[in-house]
Parts: sequence; structure tokens; C-alpha cells
Amino acid sequence: MPKPTCHDVSVLRITPHGPEGLSHGLWLIELENPGWQTVRPGQFAMLRPTAWGFEPLWARPFSICRATPERLAFLIQAVGRGTRLLTGLRQGDTVTVWGPLGHAFNTEPGVRTLMLAGGVGIAPFVEYTAAHPTPSALSLLFGHRPPLSCYPYEDITRLVTASAFRETSPQDIPLFVARIEEAMADHAGGLALACGPTPFLRTVQKAALKLGVRCQLSLENRMACGIGACLGCVATDTEGRHVQSCTRGPVFWANEITL
Amino acid sequence: MDQSVSLAGLNLKNPVMTASGTFGYGLEFTPYGDLTALGGIVVKGLSLKPREGNPMPRIAETPSGMLNAIGLQNCGVERFLSDKLPRLPWKETPILANLYACDPEEFGRLAELLAAEEGVAALEVNISCPNVKEGGVLFGQDPAQAAKVTEAVKKRCGTKPVMVKLSPNVADIVAIARAVEAAGADSLSLINTLTGMAVDVRTRKPRLANVVGGLSGPAVKPVALRCVWQVSRAVNIPVVGMGGISSAMDVLEFIMVGAHAVQVGTANFTRPDFAFRLVEDLPKVAASMGVTSWESFRGSLDVG
Ligand SMILES: Cc1cc2nc3c(=O)[nH]c(=O)nc-3n(C[C@H](O)[C@H](O)[C@H](O)COP(=O)(O)OP(=O)(O)OC[C@H]3O[C@@H](n4cnc5c(N)ncnc54)[C@H](O)[C@@H]3O)c2cc1C
Ligand SMILES: Cc1cc2nc3c(=O)[nH]c(=O)nc-3n(C[C@H](O)[C@H](O)[C@H](O)COP(=O)(O)O)c2cc1C
Ligand code: FES
Repeated sequence: MPKPTCHDVSVLRITPHGPEGLSHGLWLIELENPGWQTVRPGQFAMLRPTAWGFEPLWARPFSICRATPERLAFLIQAVGRGTRLLTGLRQGDTVTVWGPLGHAFNTEPGVRTLMLAGGVGIAPFVEYTAAHPTPSALSLLFGHRPPLSCYPYEDITRLVTASAFRETSPQDIPLFVARIEEAMADHAGGLALACGPTPFLRTVQKAALKLGVRCQLSLENRMACGIGACLGCVATDTEGRHVQSCTRGPVFWANEITL
Repeated sequence: MDQSVSLAGLNLKNPVMTASGTFGYGLEFTPYGDLTALGGIVVKGLSLKPREGNPMPRIAETPSGMLNAIGLQNCGVERFLSDKLPRLPWKETPILANLYACDPEEFGRLAELLAAEEGVAALEVNISCPNVKEGGVLFGQDPAQAAKVTEAVKKRCGTKPVMVKLSPNVADIVAIARAVEAAGADSLSLINTLTGMAVDVRTRKPRLANVVGGLSGPAVKPVALRCVWQVSRAVNIPVVGMGGISSAMDVLEFIMVGAHAVQVGTANFTRPDFAFRLVEDLPKVAASMGVTSWESFRGSLDVG
């Protein structure tokens, strides 16, 4: 496996994602590719604008949404201080970036694979779909709150069968959970991959364990270093051990961790 | 200028070491730089048995700093010696083992195991961790206890130098430093983290599951400088300074107030090649400040 690297690179482009992305804080940040030859879908990078000085202190982790030899793209939702500052970057600004980090999603050519995405959790599935040797074996179920146009949903649906579910009120949650269970039941014997907020991952995990579907979950734990050194990002495995979600994850098998 | 430093039995090629708990077992950083360029590497705190540490969340970002309550999660001394140490470039760079135990007897046993290894250059005794229930910082807050732990380690460390790491969470750090020196410590390192907390008004919950944690990063540098200044004037053994170091100028500040060497901690999280870049920057910045030898620059602070 190629070793990760740390580089200062320029922002090539930063744009709200889709016409409505601006009002919902969803942005596409495109950076120069620092020479990463092999990015595997589900891997992530740490981003830290050099202008931050020591405030904020930590970089922020983001899934690699798309990687080409020239650029890396990240789909970023402004939820707090760091992400809001990131979306204020301008073309030509310098960002320290290290990666590609962590374990990727399994790619199993020809195996029916269900991608389950919640909100910005759709990001890694763009690269996953683009890199998959048999995209016809893939399908996507996407749960979201902001309008569909805020996400790179179209990029995926060009290649695979997809359906989206928009949650507009808390009453919609049980309906979405039912959709997830239905889709999972339909994938017994196949592979399911999920990325999204923790309650969403919990639902997927429960369904996977109940229905016996092989399933991987990508965790979004808070990170400081991203490389396994600080021990701040740990998840608890089923034997009660603390494992770094940055290096042992972020993608885990659903039966290996406790959420 | 010659960057090397001699430190109570240790020869460092430059004064920049990495601080325990902020550089993993060293191996995590190999993709980002040449470990042999560093003055020394202090590994994550080791205990006799592996520890899982505290529940999550256990880190929080604070203004120019961070809080941690990792609770000394580590793989245990046995696995460190069998799996990690052999992969470290210990022939070229001093590897310091940071150790933690629940009582002086256990400190002694741990010291004996670590000191017996050729690859361990020195021991750093952590009597100052704020994140563990048993012992922890209590050893470091009472001069008599601190001395007892130091003696126990010194008795069983063979010829390996012993550095004792002090806590800033005390009324009189000089009293602790003197007690540890009298008990035979070869050098001192300071500071460990400052006890702090962070809370969330919306959820009315603490940001750490442990409620309180250790504060580190640029925010603590003024406290660290003060401690290094006070202690280095009061003892006759070398002092290693740390706390918020995040530039070559910061390294100069610590040496100027009396440190022989420094350790870089939280800054390693701001970019994984931080320590390597610092080692490269230091000679240039030192030259630009007119520093011609560490010996003559050390403790040169002019207080009038
Ligand atoms: C491996 C990995 C991949 C990720 N990929 C993406 C991605 O592709 N796009 C994207 O927009 N985000 C992604 N995230 C989440 C992103 O890292 C966080 O949203 C970001 O760190 C928040 O920083 P902040 O300073 O804005 O938030 P803060 O100001 O620190 O917090 C603001 C709010 O966000 C919540 N929050 C903070 N961090 C997280 C987190 N990690 N997960 C969930 N909630 C959080 C806090 O609890 C708080 O309510 C990923 C996280 C990980 C670990
Ligand atoms: C995440 C984290 C883990 C730490 N673990 C240890 C440890 O195991 N043993 C120890 O003696 N100090 C530990 N420390 C303290 C550091 O070694 C250092 O004393 C402190 O962080 C101050 O330096 P800094 O401000 O440069 O980080 C830890 C600090 C952090 C941030
Ligand atoms: S973020 Fe530091 S160990 Fe995972």
C-alpha cells in the first residue's frame, strides 16, 4: 500500500454544491492532488488551511469524494467552526493536507452491493462508484434533509440504480428506517456499505446483524491527528477494546464494533 | 553551529524531542519524515499491563489548545518491547520510554523491564498524569511520594538515565523538583498537562466523558515557560522543557529560560511532519537570533 504523505497544496476551486448548496452550507472544495497515485474509495484526508495558525488547532477529516491525477474533491457541510472557516477558503489559498488515510470500503467485483448514505455521507460513494469495476452491481439508497441538488447524487445515478428519501420531519424517520430494512433484506448474500451520522449507522448495523447481511460502516469520530497517534478517535470493538477509528477504520465491519 | 546536546547521559543530535502521547510509538510518523533526524523520541506512556483508557469522548479542542482524557491507553510494556521497539531506529536516535504505574513497587518493576532493553536509551517517569484514578498526578503533587517513586525507579534502572516528568498542577513546583533531584533523578522534564475542563451549554454536558482532562498546546506555553524558568534555577540537574512549543522561536524561548532540550507535543497534531520541519528550521532561526552555542545561550534570559 502506498504511504500517506503531508503536503501544502492550493485550492483550485471552491463552489457551493448545486444551486441550493449555498443556503444549506454544502460546498465542493477542490485541491491540487499532492501526488497521490492510489486513493481507495472510503479513505479520507485531513485538511488544515495554513492560515489557521494555531486557532483552530486541529485539522478536520473529510472523505475523499473524488480523486483524479490533478485534483482531490471534498464535499463539505458547514456544521461548526472549522467547517465554516473551511468554506471561506478562496482559490489559491494554501491547505495542508495529509492522507490518503484509513481503510477503504471493500470492492467486490460482480457482488451485489448496496450503498447506504445519510447526508454528506454520500461523499465517498462518488469515488466508490467511479472506481468500481462493475457499477451495474451497485445500488444506492440516500437519505437527506437539504434538497437533493445540494449533493452529488446525480453523479452517482448516472452509473447505478438509486433512490432518495427526503426527511422533512421527525415522523419521517421510521419510514426511512423501514426503507433501509427493506433494502437490506433485499441484499442478503450481498454486501452493504454505509456512511452517515451515527444514529443512521446504528440503524444500518442493527438491520445488518438481524438480517445477516455482510456490512461495512464508515465512522465519523472526532479526530486530532488522523494517523493513529493521539488515541482520541477510538471506537469500541465487540470485545471492549478501544481501536483508533482513523487507522483501524474509518470503515469497520458492522459486527466488529459497538456504536 | 553544532546542534548537539548532552543531557545527563544522553547524547542528542539536536535539542528537539517529541513528547509522550503525542507521537504514538514513533512508527505512526515514519511516512512523514526521518525519525533519525529527531533529537529523541519519547513514546506513549507504558504500563505493565495493556490499558484501554477512558471512555469517549476523550479529546476536545479549546482556544489554541486541547483537552485530553485518554487515560493512558497503551499496549503494555511486553508488546511495546516485542512489536514496536525493534522497528524503531534506536541505534541512531535515543528512544525514551515513558512509564506509569499505580505504586512505587510497580514503577520499579516496569523500570527494570524497560531498562534491560538495549533499545531504550532512558526512562521518563510520569508522576503527573491527570487522567487516571489510581495514583497519577497524586505522586507528582506530594514531594515525599514523588521522591519515593524516583527512588524505586532509580534502584532498578541499572545504568539507564532517569528523567522525572513534573506536573504543573501544584502550588510549588520547585519543592517537587528538589525532592526528585534529591531522590536521584538524572534530569527533569516539564510540564505535563494542566487540569482543565470544557462544557457545552446547549447540551449542558461536559465535553469529555471524564469531565476533566489535561490542557496542552500553545495556550499553556506561558505556564510552561514559568515552570521551566523557576525549576532550572533551583536544581543542578538538566531540565527538559515542554508545553505549547509550536515554532523554532518557542524552542529558543525554552532554552533561554534554562532548558537543555525540549519536547514537542500537541503541535505534532497540527501536521504530522511538524517535528521534522522544526528540526530543519531550528538552526536557521537560531543563527538569525545570533545564537552561537546552546551552552552559552542556555539560561541567558536577562531579568534585569
Ligand atoms: C473519516 C471522516 C470522514 C468525514 N467526511 C466528511 C465529509 O466528506 N464531509 C463532511 O462535511 N464532513 C465529513 N466528516 C465530518 C467532519 O470531519 C466534521 O463535520 C468536522 O470535523 C466538524 O468540524 P467543525 O469544526 O465544523 O465542528 P465543531 O465546531 O467541532 O462541531 C460542530 C457540530 O458538529 C458536530 N460534529 C463535529 N465533528 C463531527 C463529526 N466528526 N461527526 C459528526 N458530527 C460532528 C459537533 O458535535 C457539533 O454539534 C468526516 C469525518 C470523519 C471522521
Ligand atoms: C493526547 C495526549 C496524550 C498524552 N499522553 C501522555 C502520556 O502518555 N504520558 C505523559 O507523560 N504525557 C502525556 N501527555 C502530555 C505531553 O507529553 C506533554 O507533556 C503536554 O502535552 C504538554 O506539551 P504540549 O503543549 O507541547 O503538548 C499527553 C498529551 C496529549 C495531548
Ligand atoms: S485521530 Fe489521533 S488516533 Fe485517530
